[in-house]
Amino acid sequence: MKPARKQRLILIALMIIGAGIATGFALKSFNDNLMYFFSTTDVVEGKAPKDTLFRLGGMVIKGSVERPGDGMMVRFKLTDFSKDVTVEYTGILPDLFREGQGIVAHGKLNQQDVFIAEEVLAKHDENYMPPEVKGSLKKQTVSAIQK
Amino acid sequence: MLLIPDSVVRFFHRMASPPHFYAFTERLMPWLVIIFLFLTGAGLYGGLYLAPPDYQQGDSYRIIYIHVPSAWMSLFIYVVMAVAGAIGLVWRIKLAEIVAISSAPVGASFTFIALVTGSLWGKPMWGTWWVWDARLTSELILLFLYLGVIGLYGAIDDKRVASKAVAILAIVGVVNIPIIHYSVEWWNTLHQGPTVSKLDKPSIHVSMLIPLLLMALAFNVYYLIALIQRARVELLQRERNSQWVKTMVMENKQ
Repeated sequence: MKPARKQRLILIALMIIGAGIATGFALKSFNDNLMYFFSTTDVVEGKAPKDTLFRLGGMVIKGSVERPGDGMMVRFKLTDFSKDVTVEYTGILPDLFREGQGIVAHGKLNQQDVFIAEEVLAKHDENYMPPEVKGSLKKQTVSAIQK
Repeated sequence: MLLIPDSVVRFFHRMASPPHFYAFTERLMPWLVIIFLFLTGAGLYGGLYLAPPDYQQGDSYRIIYIHVPSAWMSLFIYVVMAVAGAIGLVWRIKLAEIVAISSAPVGASFTFIALVTGSLWGKPMWGTWWVWDARLTSELILLFLYLGVIGLYGAIDDKRVASKAVAILAIVGVVNIPIIHYSVEWWNTLHQGPTVSKLDKPSIHVSMLIPLLLMALAFNVYYLIALIQRARVELLQRERNSQWVKTMVMENKQ
């Protein structure tokens, strides 16, 4: 390879490495801000902000969804499979909101450490399958547990 | 500079010769269009008709047959653009410069389609049109990078100088590509994790996966068609004073 071309190639390689390192440091220092939501463990351990709005993500515990009043208020428990947080929300829930699914709620904690949500977003998981397959998967796991 | 040092580069140069490229792509085009129509037809029929509805989302998930291939293409085309730009910078091959700049509008369109279809799906499924999570934000930055490349190229009159400037912008922007891809794994995002590119078995049923892959192939062929058409026009504009273009125009007149 001719020296001039080699030089340009090395220059480009250095450019990519330099940009990569700079971006890496920038992302590392902004890491906390890039997290879209806090986990329920963060909230229980007090890592989440106290008096400001923040987002809380987790899975809706099966059987925990209840409607205490006559109105639109819903109460349910979120978990990340180690710690739970109770959430209260008044409003219309998205299509994909259901027990056993992940959601992200935007709101803040009250005095009793109950999370008062102003907005609830459903977090879709990466699984796609026809209903029949889901049914047979359920049967398999049930029979596996029974064995 | 113009001397060709080794046989590999000599072969590359022959393939990259403008008249050769122009004649070759003219013969290639009808075949590409036929393949594209066939793949799109099969992919859409499989995706919209044969594939079963999803157990959670019902029929709404079918937007993935446009959204996911568009998003893949937006990343792939950017890498092609940056690599072609780098080749143009190092070896000063005119055709590589043309491939780089001709890719930008196609890539920008796919990025735009991915963002819009994602937003349309997000409203009923997530409950919002848009969130500033890492995946969506980095994909939006990708769109701005594409627009920056197009704008920078248009702003400089000398197209060979413009190609160099554009190549540098494209190469620096490559750092965004792994960020987009891994954003859903490095950070908590509202966007779901990868479905197909996971190493263990894909979490999508095979009856839904096959149309998706067909659509991805169709989009690749479409990119090739759009790229070639754009590159041919760009080539004629740049080479308008050269002998082979003049000869060709004279031949067509008769």
